[in-house]
Amino acid sequence: MKYFGFIWKNAWRKKVRTSLTIMSVLVAFLLYALLSAIGYAFTSGANLADAERLVVIDKISLINPLPVSYGSRIATTPGVESVTHASWFGGYYQDPRNQMPQFPVEPREYFEMYPELKIPPEQLEAWANNRIGLVAGEELAAQFGWNIGDRIPLQATIWTKEDGGRTWEFDLEGVFSTDDPRGGTGYMLFHYDYFEEARAFGKGTVGWYILRIAGGANPVEVANAVDTQFANSPNETKTSTEQAFVESFSKQFGNIALIVTLILGAVFFTLLLVSGNTMAQSVRERISELAVLKTLGFPDRTVLAIVLSESILIMLIGGLLGLGIGWVVVQGLASTLGAFLPGLFLSPQAALAALGLIVAAGTAAGIFPALKAKRLSIVDALARG
Amino acid sequence: MDILAELKGVSRVYQKGKERVEVLHELDLGIPEGDFLALMGPSGSGKTTLLNLLGGLDKPTSGTVSVGGAELSSMSNSQLSHWRSTNVGFIFQFYNLLPVLTARKNVELPLLLTKLGSAERSKRADIALSIVGLADRAKHYPRELSGGQEQRVAIARAVVSDPTLLLCDEPTGDLDRETADEILTLLQILNREHGKTIVMVTHDAQAAEYANRVLHVDKGKLEARVEA
Amino acid sequence: MGGIRQLVAVTWLNIRNVPQRAGASMVAVIGVAAVVLVFAAVLSMAKGFERTMIAAGADDTAIVMRSGATSELNSGLSHEQVLIVANAPGVLKDGDTPLASAELYVVVDIKKKSTNEEANVPLRGVQPAAFQVRNNVELVEGRMFEPGRNEFVVGRAAQQEFVGLDVGSTIRFGQTDWNVVGAFSAGGSVSESELWTDVRVLQDAYRRGNSYQSIRVRLEDREQLSSLETLLKDDPRIDPDVLSEKAYYSAQAEPLSRFIKAVGYPLTILMSIGAVFGALNSMYSSVSARGKEIATLRALGFGPVPVMVSTIVESTLLAAAGGVIGGAAAFLIFNGFRVSTLNGASFSQVVFDFAVTGDLLLQGIVAALIIGVIGGFFPAVRAARLPVAQALREL
Repeated sequence: MKYFGFIWKNAWRKKVRTSLTIMSVLVAFLLYALLSAIGYAFTSGANLADAERLVVIDKISLINPLPVSYGSRIATTPGVESVTHASWFGGYYQDPRNQMPQFPVEPREYFEMYPELKIPPEQLEAWANNRIGLVAGEELAAQFGWNIGDRIPLQATIWTKEDGGRTWEFDLEGVFSTDDPRGGTGYMLFHYDYFEEARAFGKGTVGWYILRIAGGANPVEVANAVDTQFANSPNETKTSTEQAFVESFSKQFGNIALIVTLILGAVFFTLLLVSGNTMAQSVRERISELAVLKTLGFPDRTVLAIVLSESILIMLIGGLLGLGIGWVVVQGLASTLGAFLPGLFLSPQAALAALGLIVAAGTAAGIFPALKAKRLSIVDALARG
Repeated sequence: MDILAELKGVSRVYQKGKERVEVLHELDLGIPEGDFLALMGPSGSGKTTLLNLLGGLDKPTSGTVSVGGAELSSMSNSQLSHWRSTNVGFIFQFYNLLPVLTARKNVELPLLLTKLGSAERSKRADIALSIVGLADRAKHYPRELSGGQEQRVAIARAVVSDPTLLLCDEPTGDLDRETADEILTLLQILNREHGKTIVMVTHDAQAAEYANRVLHVDKGKLEARVEA
Repeated sequence: MGGIRQLVAVTWLNIRNVPQRAGASMVAVIGVAAVVLVFAAVLSMAKGFERTMIAAGADDTAIVMRSGATSELNSGLSHEQVLIVANAPGVLKDGDTPLASAELYVVVDIKKKSTNEEANVPLRGVQPAAFQVRNNVELVEGRMFEPGRNEFVVGRAAQQEFVGLDVGSTIRFGQTDWNVVGAFSAGGSVSESELWTDVRVLQDAYRRGNSYQSIRVRLEDREQLSSLETLLKDDPRIDPDVLSEKAYYSAQAEPLSRFIKAVGYPLTILMSIGAVFGALNSMYSSVSARGKEIATLRALGFGPVPVMVSTIVESTLLAAAGGVIGGAAAFLIFNGFRVSTLNGASFSQVVFDFAVTGDLLLQGIVAALIIGVIGGFFPAVRAARLPVAQALREL
């Protein structure tokens, strides 16, 4: 673009003003990156959910347990390829504030149901063979500095043991990771058998079931088939896709997307004001220069394009810098806060949308000054001198 | 000699609210190729308007303007833009250089409208600068140049795309006597050695002496007979 | 002219000129207004939420749960244990009856009016003294539920947020139909987000046998809390956590409130930085526009300090105006706005109002002033250093 040098020089005619404007743009897009990452975290479960997995919970309330006998009945429902279960342990490690999720599960079945979880085969074996074994997500293990072979005690807040104690002891047999950079690994898994045997009450129940539908089966039909089986029983079920299940939680927080959009709206409104003002000043102070361009033979629409490009260029510099810094910060936050708020992630869609925003904002800020430049009457402008 | 530019029955009327201001009144003018014409007259006489019409910056209310065979009065704005870029060079009283560009880049500006590559543009700008004697100041910014030097850069810019017609509006108005003479000498060289047709508006009689002929403009009319 | 008089004169001249620089000035004002608006809006969520939670807690009511349970949902108490607590010394009596309510709640799904999606709402089983162990609870519509029947009374806030809870209607949870027979208010506290029924009916409906999650007792006076705690902990039949209801609800409020603040404050700081850049821009352009005026003043003998100070004053006043506008807008738009969200600690919805409090507005104004001073400082220095002769020549 042969005009680039010209546009660049003009953009920097007042260095301080341009730098400050770029900084404003930078901050706006940094905020965009952070807020979109937070918004993403609230819906991340939904983004990762496998389309072929369904979740079965008690129809009245998630916190009501389901009979363990349901497992085999669900397995024989048409359209169900495999089924396993999990429960909520709800304990903490050392400090009551360290309450990360812990699930008693069927070891091998669970990892088969969640193939995105990766664990070295020998660790999986060791865990499967150790009743009081525990596997932890790599973020969790990193956070607490655990090593394989450590003895990890958990304090139960719900599930007291039959012997009256509340301390459950485990051996750390493995650390699992996920191959999806968006997924969190801030939780742990242990044996359902140990849980069932040692807990003081609630025996014969599980928290919820997870099933995989057979290839080609319709999720809605399978869900209905499962629920129909248990209709009118003491424990009616509600089956939904994993995605719907996770979404129902983030929805309960309130319309996070709306809040984020509103805040960003305020931020970008201000941004447009700042940049718009900068561009307006920039054009105002070089009316005669623009007139000279026209006398030299530059067509009106080229003059418009030059001014608009200047506005977009400024937005681009600030915007890319802001996004870049934002991306780095999100990475950092994701690794430190991973256990508390999993799924902090600047998605490619958000980055792409940001690019669109940059161009749109640059255009919006520059359009009126650009039109003014386009419509400039040479004779009047030169006469003004 | 061929007529390069011709105005026939040209009037220019401005409407200011209810007032009708007639700046030029049924004017005829012929300018032969290679001419160096000075237009003199009191302020408000319409001489700048005349210059603007010749350069396609303005259109007559009635009458025709043709330059080099092109009928300017019937061309659209974008056609006029394009025509200007190859046919006319302007020189203003206050130089009107772009402060953010170096001398060389200022001179290259009209060439951005052509298909020339960057190396070629640079070369031609340097040639133009050497014609005006400023080859060694190519990388200086306007603020680093004296008034006379700035005007010379402006002249280089005006000739870089090799136009046939140069239009100057009070080119020495802001300069001291000595520098003004240098500039006017340069214009003469451009006229006599490079064959440029020059129309110069000035209120300075001494400047007018550098021209081949002088016409007076008053109240929108020309005094002194038109030479064909 | 004395220093102060110079200062006032220059500042007044400056302020009077602001309308001429309306464009750039508006940028600063609106930039600051946006910061204060967003700050007040976000933090008022935390304030409102905290207020609702803490209003619920009486400090002369003790809540007893099983030791280690971090919330009622995680706790479990047997009938015997509940009786031990109710009959302990220090518990206020009404005649011979201790003011105690042993309770248990489950989470049921009801559609939220605003999203039309199902949300978790607490259905709490209580004993007759439930109204007396809490502050500010009173029946405002209909009647109290009758023991043994599938009836409940609904908190005012829950009634407004969720579908189908008008007095006189029937709602189905699982396989059971329940009648809504009355509504109660609780001073805007979290209790208003709940549905209350007879605890024994709840135990039956959800097959909890004879177990409870917690028991609330009214103390003779708040000093009795620690002696009650000691007594109960010494008793081998029970392994309790004993805390004031106020302390309990504070702890429940903490995670969400802390989260909102953890997002809200950094967000505000970032936006403020952006506003500072905007203000700097405006003020530099203001100084530029006033170039001749400043040069003239200097030539006339005004010192550089009044010029500097007047610039900072201009910037601060603009920012303050922005702060007031933003704060007022936040108050008008958000104050009292009712929302509900999921409180992780109780696993159920809490209904609360945005509370744009005086101290939030004050924090906002302070932030605005800081932005104003910083935004004016560097341009002020430039204004003071303006080369007088040059500026006059450019006239």
